[in-house]
Amino acid sequence: MHNGCMPPAITFDAVSKLYGEAAAVRSVSLEIASGSFIALVGSSGSGKSTLLKTINRLVPPSAGRVLLDGVDVAAQPSALLRRSIGYVFQNIGLFPHLTVGRNIGIGLELAGRPDPARVAEMLDLVDLPHGIATRLPAELSGGQQQRVGVARALAPGPRLLLMDEPFGALDPITRDALGRKVRDLHERLGLTTIMVTHDMAEALLLASRVLVMAKGGIVADATPADLLAGKAGPEAEALVAVPREQMRRLMALDREA
Amino acid sequence: MSGFEAALGRVPLLLAQHFLLSAAAIALGLAFSLPLILVSVRRPAIGRLALALAGLVQTIPALALLALFYPLLLLFSATVGGRLPALGFLPSLLALTLYAVLPILRNGVTGLAGLDPAVIEAAEGMGMTSWQKLRLVEAPLALPMLMAGIRTAAVWTVGAATLATTVGQASLGDLIFAGLQTQDWALVLAGCLAAAALAMTMDGLLGWVEHGLRHRKRRPALTAAVVIVAALLLSAVALWPRGERTIVIGAKNFSEQFILARLIGHRLERAGYRVEYREGLGSAVIFSALQSGDVDLYVDYAGTLWGSEMRRHDRLPRAAMIAAIGDWARRQNGVRLLAPLGFENAYAFAMQPARARSLGVASLADLTRVAPRLTLGSDLEFLDRPEWRDVRDSYGLRFATTQPYAPTFLYRALGSGRADVISAFSSDGRIAADRLTLLTDPRGAIPGYDALLLVDGAHAGDTRLTDALAPLARRISLSAMQEANYRVDRDAAKQSPDAAARWLARRIGLE
Ligand SMILES: Nc1ncnc2c1ncn2[C@@H]1O[C@H](COP(=O)(O)OP(=O)(O)O)[C@@H](O)[C@H]1O
Ligand SMILES: [Mg+2]
Repeated sequence: MHNGCMPPAITFDAVSKLYGEAAAVRSVSLEIASGSFIALVGSSGSGKSTLLKTINRLVPPSAGRVLLDGVDVAAQPSALLRRSIGYVFQNIGLFPHLTVGRNIGIGLELAGRPDPARVAEMLDLVDLPHGIATRLPAELSGGQQQRVGVARALAPGPRLLLMDEPFGALDPITRDALGRKVRDLHERLGLTTIMVTHDMAEALLLASRVLVMAKGGIVADATPADLLAGKAGPEAEALVAVPREQMRRLMALDREA
Repeated sequence: MSGFEAALGRVPLLLAQHFLLSAAAIALGLAFSLPLILVSVRRPAIGRLALALAGLVQTIPALALLALFYPLLLLFSATVGGRLPALGFLPSLLALTLYAVLPILRNGVTGLAGLDPAVIEAAEGMGMTSWQKLRLVEAPLALPMLMAGIRTAAVWTVGAATLATTVGQASLGDLIFAGLQTQDWALVLAGCLAAAALAMTMDGLLGWVEHGLRHRKRRPALTAAVVIVAALLLSAVALWPRGERTIVIGAKNFSEQFILARLIGHRLERAGYRVEYREGLGSAVIFSALQSGDVDLYVDYAGTLWGSEMRRHDRLPRAAMIAAIGDWARRQNGVRLLAPLGFENAYAFAMQPARARSLGVASLADLTRVAPRLTLGSDLEFLDRPEWRDVRDSYGLRFATTQPYAPTFLYRALGSGRADVISAFSSDGRIAADRLTLLTDPRGAIPGYDALLLVDGAHAGDTRLTDALAPLARRISLSAMQEANYRVDRDAAKQSPDAAARWLARRIGLE
């Protein structure tokens, strides 16, 4: 699967996005190394989705540039850009009128190289039975649907995967399984992955680097270990405190039992 | 009852015309709406404007919308110097198309606007171009909603198409209007049932298509599409002109006109012509229809042409007036005044005899004094006609109220006392039957109303046709016409115009 060359490195160069007077993202500058698994956390409305979407230009920035391996994402038509980037989001957005197989194959179809074998391969990759390919999305469970969403995003073979709260609507068990699956695919396929989540525990467990956003800016940037050790500043600490406290209470319960 | 069977006999051809007209209007409405829908998706402001305009069109009564296209097309036809038909199929098609646009546009726009934003975001996130997004996602998802709009449009259009009769397009409305006029309920029922059946069938077939699209099943959609296409072909074949061109006989919207049209039609059929009737045409459009050849033959009245078409207000003796009309007609695209039929159908003011006596009214001059206390009942167009203005101004008539009625109800209004005076027609059989008092016209304000047989320019020189009609010249007496009219207009033992025409032919010794 791994096609040899390096997954893209990402550069945010003073990226801002204004909606009227309000700034959803304020002058973010950031380097993301090739092959990293980034978690972008922060409370609701802090600008995570907006920042993520400046990468595939679903949101064109008001100022600043986003570079992939040093090339401005605005340099090519956005449709072409997006075909080279996997995109998964909370609302899944499977095409309800197309079969699961066609949904997964749509990226290749758009690029003019449909490939039925690839659909089966992708179903294997996300642990879904082949028989599901002929069904319509509505006939699937939420977890199955998001697996299809991940397969659809990865089918054209992108090296960059963007996920916006991809597991937010799933039950904890499915959520955990899918999280591991994605982390596993990240390694196997050799991807650069950015995952937006408001769940700090998920971020700490999956990512190699955690970015914390507040009011449109990056307020913390640390490894999970540093975050847990409380080395990432007050905003991050507030977010980390919740899972840490939960863990402590769970362990206390466990000891009592 | 044989009346209903006879009425049903007229259904198939009218149904075919009605169906073709409706289908064409829906197709054109669709062709017009689809680009607008597409533009609206990307530019919602244009969508809102288009919807508002379509909604505005919808508030115009269909009857008025149809009538409006007549002067518009006349004007347009004049500017392009061409001979664009202002009557018949074209104005009906345009008006009905405008009517069909709203439901299609509304459903299309709301269908697209209501798509799940997540699906749209996914389409964009996957790298679809605007066109791919439309083709692969938006169009297929909005299609069932659009189909529902097309169904609504179909039902509305089939209903409104019955009104095409008034602008000279044959439709199931021919049965309804003729039936309403002559109180031939079998005819009305046949027309209504056929129109309702057509609307329901089209709705059902399109519903099938919609069902197929909604559940992504090809077969029902295809089957329905095949049935629709087959019906279109069948209608076209049924209406395909065969052999000799048919003669189109026009008639206005009252019994005498229906009877005379049949009388003429029967003679032409005997002479080997194929005949078609265009009934229920408004006084204002029928002469233009003759001029443009949409109608080949019809009977008009001297005074009507004099005032409405020639715009003359002077008064000549009957013979001089007819001669002047004949000269004038020739200059209107070669229209030929074939012959006066012999009787007059003049506007006449009628009162209940007792009421007339008690008010001391015998003439229009007597009416001047008491009119401010009286109600004038008229037919639907009389108050807008130049003859009424001439009479009103000549005698200084000022009625307390004026109330238009459909002709049938006019006599009932007089009978029940809701109207004191009515504008009647001198050849109406109900005048004699109800023993009404006709007011005299001492100042000669009402022009002569000789019934005149007119032929369009294309047939003016057709001697086989003119020979077949020559025996009608000056043949019909006022009493013969009154009797024939009464056979159709009376409340009991009514006859169809067709039967009354055959009776009239025997009465005047032509059969
Ligand atoms: N299309 C938009 N128009 C106006 N404001 C927006 C739009 N999208 C996002 N915002 C605003 O920008 C801010 C950041 O939004 P978002 O990036 O979605 O936050 P997050 O993903 O962290 O919850 C919020 O205040 C939000 O209301
Ligand atoms: Mg968000």
